[in-house]
Formats: sequence, structure tokens, C-alpha cells
Amino acid sequence: MRGRAIGVAGVLIVLLALVALYIFDFLVVTPPALSATMQNGSAHLTLQTVPAFGHTPDPDWVSYLAEDQQGHWQHTTIYRVPAHTLVTVTVYQYDSATGLRNPFLAQVRGTQGATATYNGKSFSTLNPDLASHTFTVPDLGISVPLPGISANAPASKVCGAAPCPLSDAHTTITFSFMSPGKGNYRWQCFVPCAASFYFGFGGPMQTLGWMSGEIEVA
Amino acid sequence: MSAGAAIARAGDGEPRHGVRIAILWAVFTVIAVPLVIFVIGPHIPPFDRSVQSEDQHNVNVVLSTLAVPIVGLIWVYFGYSIAVFRNRGSEIVDGPPLTSEPRIQITWLAVTSVLVLGLATYGTIGLFGSSHGAGGGQGPDPLAKPPASTHPLQVQVIGQQWLWTFRYPSYGGVETAQLVVPANRWIEFHVTSLDVDHSFWAYELGVKADAIPGSDNVAYLDATKTGTFQVRCAELCGLFHGHMNSYGKVVSQTDFASWAVAREHQFAAITKLLPPYSTVYYPDPQRRG
Repeated sequence: MRGRAIGVAGVLIVLLALVALYIFDFLVVTPPALSATMQNGSAHLTLQTVPAFGHTPDPDWVSYLAEDQQGHWQHTTIYRVPAHTLVTVTVYQYDSATGLRNPFLAQVRGTQGATATYNGKSFSTLNPDLASHTFTVPDLGISVPLPGISANAPASKVCGAAPCPLSDAHTTITFSFMSPGKGNYRWQCFVPCAASFYFGFGGPMQTLGWMSGEIEVA
Repeated sequence: MSAGAAIARAGDGEPRHGVRIAILWAVFTVIAVPLVIFVIGPHIPPFDRSVQSEDQHNVNVVLSTLAVPIVGLIWVYFGYSIAVFRNRGSEIVDGPPLTSEPRIQITWLAVTSVLVLGLATYGTIGLFGSSHGAGGGQGPDPLAKPPASTHPLQVQVIGQQWLWTFRYPSYGGVETAQLVVPANRWIEFHVTSLDVDHSFWAYELGVKADAIPGSDNVAYLDATKTGTFQVRCAELCGLFHGHMNSYGKVVSQTDFASWAVAREHQFAAITKLLPPYSTVYYPDPQRRG
């Protein structure tokens, strides 16, 4: 009888420890911060969005990646930029269009000139149905819709796993903004692009490091 | 010693505990009530930025004040019991048996009935007289509305994971990321959501209304002072629920008209791509990635 009680207590302790570990991991462990590359006094961030990460722990999840200063793609959404500096962002976008739930986010806001470029051409408003993702920093009033790749892109050219090569079908979006003072500013994608999740907003949309993150202004 | 003898002895020569407790309670109440009204009261939110918030502030002060004698009675009785009735090492004996006391029962029923009915009347008058169901969550047709002659300005509040946006049907249905409202004019908020449940809460203005997909929840505001206020989500709605906040502004009616016209021009291109103004939206299709 006593041995059974000890066994039950042991199992309970292990279960509680696992729950505590899970909560600790969720609260404390975040993706590593990636610093922007500095060139001629301005900061540069190079990002890519992939339709499927292609690796563990969630190979099917859509995600952002960022290029580090050595030219390697890192799976992180925490970006570090200097304060009061012009930040230029280049996004290689490999996903197809899903469309915006709120068309208001189809306009470019908060960037230099309130515009962005799409494959080299300036634009300020996108057809909401053509948006694949957005890069939106609500507290800074910045929002840029990212056009999806053509629906007619050959399957062999659709990227299947990160990092995606430039030879795969993609769109290129660039924009610039002035970084504010020190602080952390969350950013996220506003397209409901999490396939097979409730309202397209579960999984990668609810997990830091995939379709949302922070801009650390240092 | 029999139990009956012990009980009889326990009641003999006892001081009048009830009178003592009543005196202590009265002293506590006389000191605490003015403190709550005049010292703590002015610091109880949501202050006086709007008719609604001032009304709620007053309700909070009144309820806090009414709670003082009740809390005081519990504390005094508790403290008195610990001090006077504690066991001092003597033999533990049973107290006198409890018997029914009709006077106490009638008094208890009368006092609680008066309190509850009085508060219900007070709250109903507040709801109908000034708050007009602000944050009452009464759906598209609230029981209490401002007079039709006030011609309230309609402002739509749209929640989505994790952003508030606002539409102004009087200005071409323009949508903005910032809430700006004029002072001294009735505002009729139409609160809805595009995905999951949210709750629109401009607590400094005393407005809180659930944002439910497919539902038009109406709340009213009459802001009396200009300045900024916080807009928060008060319904746990996912990863960035804690970040689903922004700042709004109450400005003069002239400044509001200028601001709204400027936004109408600034966002003309995107306004054309918005769905026609509606009290609810069912994004079609409900895109799921």
C-alpha cells in the first residue's frame, strides 16, 4: 500500500515538473535576436517568408526567416536595430496569396513615403486578395502587405522547405522606415495564413518565432 | 461536571459582548467611511473624462462606502472573537445552545432586502439616466439610449487578432488605426469582431463592450474632456492579447472634423477596397490559410 502511494506521488511529481517545464519554456525561451546589418549608417534586414518550414518541430508551418551578417538564414523573428536609424527591409516572399481578412491592411503605412516596392515597382495599396502575408508593427504604425507568388507558378518552383533559394518562385518587397527610440515593438503577420488552423490564426500565428516577433530597438 | 452545568456556567456573569462589538463597529465606521469617501474616493477609477466614466466613478465610490460598515462588522467581530473568546488554556467547554431569534432574523432580512433593492434601483437609474448601457453588452438594440435629438456620431470598432481598427460611416466609411472622437457629442459605438471574441475597453472613458464576430454590440459615450485615453482588449484572445492596445484621443469638435476629413482623403484609395459599411462583417471566404 505504501509503495503504491509513493509510486502515485512520484508520477504526480514528474507530471507537475513537466507542466512547470513547459510553462517555463513558453515564458522564457524565445528565439535568438538577429542584428540588422549596418551599411553607410543605415540598417538592413533581409527576410524571407516560406510556405512550409520543412524541418522539425513543425515542418508544415508557415514562417519568417532572417539572414544574419554572415549570409546564413536563421529561424528567428526577433530583430535588433539601432534607434533613430533608417531601416531598410527586403523580404523574399515565397508563399502564395491567402488574402486579408481586413482589407484595411492592404495599404502600405508608416514607411518612408508611405510606399514599398514590389519586384522593383513602387506601390502603396495592394489588392487585398493578393496578400500572402503582412509585416506589421502596430505600435509604430508600420504595415506592409506582401504579395503572394503567382497561382500559376509551376509546382517544381514552389519552395518546399526553408531556406528557400532565389531560383524558386518568389516576390521581392522592399521598404524603409525610421526606427524609433529604445524599446521592444511587437510585429506580426495579419493574413490568416496558418493552414488548417482555426480561422487561419493558430499554430505559427500564435507562436513566437514563426509569423510574429519583436523589433528590439537598442 | 455535566455538559449542562458547563453550558450554564459559561453564560454566567458574561459582559455584554454584543454592545461592545456594536460600539467598536460604530467607531470603525465613523472613522472609515469619511476616509473612503474623501481620501480614497477621488482615486477610484474611472474618474470624470466622460458622463459614463463619472457615473461609474460615483457608483464605485458609493459601493465602496456602503461596503465599509459590512466589512467593518466582519473585521470587528473577527478581531473581538480572537481577542476575547480565545482559549486561555482552561478546559474547553461548549457554548450555550443556539436558539432561533425572530427579531434578528427579521432585522437581517429587512436590512439585506433594503440594501439589495436600493442598490438595484440606484444601478438602474444610473444605467438609464446617464450611462445608457455603456459596455452593457446588450447587442444592437440597447434598452437605454440617449435621446434621438442628440444625433450621435457612429463609430465602428472592429477587433481582430491583434488589432483594433475604427470606421466612421459619416466620413465615407473610412477606416483608421486610431480612435479619435469629439468631445461633448454623443458617440454610438458599434463593436464587432472579424475573428474571435474580443472586448473593447476604453476604461478611462467608462466604455467596455464585447466584440463578437457576427454581432453588433452598441455602447454610448459622451466624452466631456479632451485628451488621450487607452484602448485595450479585455477578453483573452490569443498570443498578443496583452499587446492589443492603443491610444485614442478626445478632441474638440472642430479638430475632430478636420482630422476625419484629412483621414478620408489620406485613406481614399484603401477605402475603395473595403467592404461596404455594415454593422457586422463575415469575411468571405473565412480564410483559413
